[in-house]
Amino acid sequence: MRKIKELRQSLLISVWFMFLTFPIMVIRVNTIDNIIEWRWMNMIYVGLGSFVFSFIWRYLLSKKQSGAKLLKADKPAYLLPMQRIFANPWMQMSALFFIAVFAVIFPFVFSSYQINIMTTALMYVVLGLGLNIVVGQAGLLNLGYAAFYAVGAYSYALLNYHFGIGFWTALPIGAALAALFGIILGLPVLRLRGDYLAIVTLGFGEIVRLVLENWNEFSFGPSGISNIPRPGFFGIELNFEQVSAYLYFLVIGICLLAIFVIRRLQNSRIGRAWIAMREDEVACQSMGIDMTRAKLTALALSSMWAGLVGVIFAAKTTFINPASFTFLESAMILSIIVIGGMGTILGVIVGAFLLILLPEYLRALSDYRMLAFGAAIVLMMIFRPQGIVTVSRRTYQFSDENHAPDISTK
Amino acid sequence: MDYFLEIFWGGLTRGSIYALIALGYTMVYGILELINFAHGEIYMIGAFTALIVSTALAMAGMKGLTVFILASVLAVIYASAYGFTVEKIAYKPLRQAPRLSPLISAIGMSIFLQNYVLLAQTSDFLPFPGLIPEFTFMQPYAHIIGSTEMVIISTTALIMLLLTVFIKFTRMGKAMRATAQDRNMAMLVGIDINKVISSTFILGSALAAVGGVLIASHIGRINFYIGFIAGIKAFTAAVLGGIGSIPGAVLGGLVLGWTESFATGYVSSDYEDVFAFAFLVLILIFRPSGLVGRKTIQKV
Amino acid sequence: MKTRFSNKLFFALTFGVFLACAFSINALAADTIKLGVAGVHTGDLASYGIPSVRAAGLVIKEVNAKGGILGRKIELLVEDDACKPEIATNTATKLISMHVNVVVGHICSGATKASLGIYKTGNVIVISPSATNPELTKSGRYPNFFRTIAPDDAQARLEVNFAINVLKVKKIAVLHDKGDYGKGLAEYAKKFVEQSKKARVVLYEGVSPGAVDYSAVVQKIKRSQADAIIFGGYHPEASSVVIQMRKKNMNTYFISDDGVKDDTFIKVAGKYAEGVYATGPKDVSKNPLAIAAIEAHKKTYGSAPGAFFLNAYAATQALLNAMQKAGSTNYMAIGKALRTYDVNTPLGKIRFDKLGDAIGVGFSMYQVRRGVYTEVK
Repeated sequence: MRKIKELRQSLLISVWFMFLTFPIMVIRVNTIDNIIEWRWMNMIYVGLGSFVFSFIWRYLLSKKQSGAKLLKADKPAYLLPMQRIFANPWMQMSALFFIAVFAVIFPFVFSSYQINIMTTALMYVVLGLGLNIVVGQAGLLNLGYAAFYAVGAYSYALLNYHFGIGFWTALPIGAALAALFGIILGLPVLRLRGDYLAIVTLGFGEIVRLVLENWNEFSFGPSGISNIPRPGFFGIELNFEQVSAYLYFLVIGICLLAIFVIRRLQNSRIGRAWIAMREDEVACQSMGIDMTRAKLTALALSSMWAGLVGVIFAAKTTFINPASFTFLESAMILSIIVIGGMGTILGVIVGAFLLILLPEYLRALSDYRMLAFGAAIVLMMIFRPQGIVTVSRRTYQFSDENHAPDISTK
Repeated sequence: MDYFLEIFWGGLTRGSIYALIALGYTMVYGILELINFAHGEIYMIGAFTALIVSTALAMAGMKGLTVFILASVLAVIYASAYGFTVEKIAYKPLRQAPRLSPLISAIGMSIFLQNYVLLAQTSDFLPFPGLIPEFTFMQPYAHIIGSTEMVIISTTALIMLLLTVFIKFTRMGKAMRATAQDRNMAMLVGIDINKVISSTFILGSALAAVGGVLIASHIGRINFYIGFIAGIKAFTAAVLGGIGSIPGAVLGGLVLGWTESFATGYVSSDYEDVFAFAFLVLILIFRPSGLVGRKTIQKV
Repeated sequence: MKTRFSNKLFFALTFGVFLACAFSINALAADTIKLGVAGVHTGDLASYGIPSVRAAGLVIKEVNAKGGILGRKIELLVEDDACKPEIATNTATKLISMHVNVVVGHICSGATKASLGIYKTGNVIVISPSATNPELTKSGRYPNFFRTIAPDDAQARLEVNFAINVLKVKKIAVLHDKGDYGKGLAEYAKKFVEQSKKARVVLYEGVSPGAVDYSAVVQKIKRSQADAIIFGGYHPEASSVVIQMRKKNMNTYFISDDGVKDDTFIKVAGKYAEGVYATGPKDVSKNPLAIAAIEAHKKTYGSAPGAFFLNAYAATQALLNAMQKAGSTNYMAIGKALRTYDVNTPLGKIRFDKLGDAIGVGFSMYQVRRGVYTEVK
């Protein structure tokens, strides 16, 4: 009986999708020559595809639901198999060791293309970690993170262009300027909450990009700045492969630094204050935490990393223009931390690798690349909304049965 | 004075479109607290459907107003269907998920829909037939305001009126307001939440489609990317007015339209978007919940 | 949270993707000539990149059908750069690690600038069908770069001279679409008008691409009392501005560039397009090669080709011809052949100068007359 019901439902779904995709998929109008092309085959594909897919969908959803039940059943510590393995400290150490060895030999084994995209992915790890400070820890949704990234990139490019300042000097300057911008943004928006803050950060991001685009005298407008020097290596000229490897190790270093600093921050006084602020602003304030300071430090520390990576970005591509710092870029970094699992360092790393490497490796699909990417994001969220890596949060559970699950899922 | 009036009407036209799209954002936000980034794409699909239908009809030999009406009706139907389906696929399974998950899902959906239209149709700009006729009685004023602008403004006003009536007096409208106030309580008094959410998406998408058809006839061209920019602007308008509030979305749209228009007219169009966003930041500093947004009482 | 099964499945899938890609790179045959096509194939600018892929594909299909060149078949490697510099560097490195011999691309000047250094170190010749930024060739920094389109300054010069000497206007409004191409062109136009001293720039403004309404800008033009508008940018914005201008009964001359000299512009602007001037590559509509190329496109894709199609067609032909003449795929040899030998392309007979600009690719002024672009003599 259930089978028949499912079959009927799937049939309905496939008819619905055939209807839905009819104008866009079947008809193609050529308004120049006034020809209509009817592509009935597409309709059949859509029908068959959605029919098959509806079964998979239903199966996965039911799996997900039974998984959720399972979670409630063995409440105290349900760990994924992977996590269970890695709970063992010896396993952790050896895994870390293998990763370290792999990371070190990577540039000597793979082509410069592979090194290049790995460097990009690592840069996004740092960006994700930085954004995670405001979004994951302090709970302030920032949709304009790319602006700080732009500040870093442009500060190196412009300082180099006008004053010939080198990469290593520009690195701290870029970071400091980005942090300053973080504070400048922070001051007026201290009163705003939730999604109002989000839209203001979005607006701020757009303002920075638009100013860079329009203020030719300052930023050279949309044509950008070219011939930004790559970082120097004790005055030795490096060829392209060597530069790639050099940048790769540089970014690995920054990545490790970021992980170290952020781990230390998490358990510091200010880190605790951020978490309190995220959970409840009013309660946090009444506990005597200086909210202004907590918010501003979160914004400044988070933007700082973007500035740092921005400088590296400028040095890596040797050419920058405002097109690299659009809203889509901010959305991408945000997606990294949400898909990876918010608030966790490992999650950000996994998310960055997935979201940056996925479109690169999806190049094989050529035209369908971005289509598949969009679909992958949606599917990932539906079947794993809390991200790939879930944080095992320090929860203080009541003995009362009804309260406990709520705390950990909120 | 003429110059001022011209800029004023231009801003009003622009604002009306923003308002139409912003309504979809604000209604969804009011009920789900979700920034529906795929909403701009629904608007784009509405415009595309209208283009395809009207071209097909024009080739079949139909003319004038019939084509316009048929194309608009089908655009509204299809956009609503897309809005409904997107909600069912991308947001419904995420009702209980952490708050940012549906947001990311929406961004993914937006990328997906853009590329779906890109692949199934074309990446080129397509000329959108001028479906709205030039009224002869408007000719003397054409230097200030054209027929299309007039149609856009009056259609928007009419839709706002109908929408207000719908929200205020119908059963579903009341249910929507109840759900927006408190979802759990609404559920307790026997409101079918799923139905309310679906209707919200359908209604919001229908409005976006109307916006899509109007703006496409005004601008005269569309491609798969038009939804993105319009979507961001409309979202800004919704927040400016106070997200979740329907009169707020309308007001926000108009204010945003005027800001941009006057910034272009009296300063420089180089910075019209900068003005728009800076104005938004400014308003939010002094009125943190938007122009007409309710102040939320914070409790522990 | 997911169950064990789907968790494993997920990891298996991810690894599967990684492995599949790692293998696919190595699995390519070695004895073909690899021609890369890089440009923007996704996102809002896709319509400027996709025609180039088609052009290269059509040329290669034809050449391969005749047995290829140097006894080797030609293989097409298409890579997207989304018009973004940072992705373009990845695209370039990827093409080099796939041992590409020559590249047609990139489409956007910014992306081209970012990737040229990488191609240079990889000893790869690049021909762009559309990157018009003057710096690319004039800086002399990239001996590996060529293009089948004239640089921006040549076009701006023609537009300004036409406005001042032929139309004899005194007040000019310069507009652009805030983009790389449009703004660059507008800057040159503004400079040339100011240098000429015969006319002055009364308005210099950017219009926002994708905006829903352009009436404010149009009003501003009207108030500036300009006799002519020089617009730098692409046809979507141009058509909106022209439509709104003409609807407001303004008859100001509208002079624009190659981005507007596109049949879509006439189709979009309809009757309002009448009288608009635009510079474009010299008329090739009678060139049999161009007719054949356009026909081939229509046969394969069922529609007229898009932007830069013929430029990319010519670029591909020039590259293949140079390899044939050089008798090898050697970097220096191809570069030398490109500079030495003429080649017949849809754009006419072309050869490249020392800096990499095409000799024989120039611009003429066109005007829309009765719905078609007609060359102004």
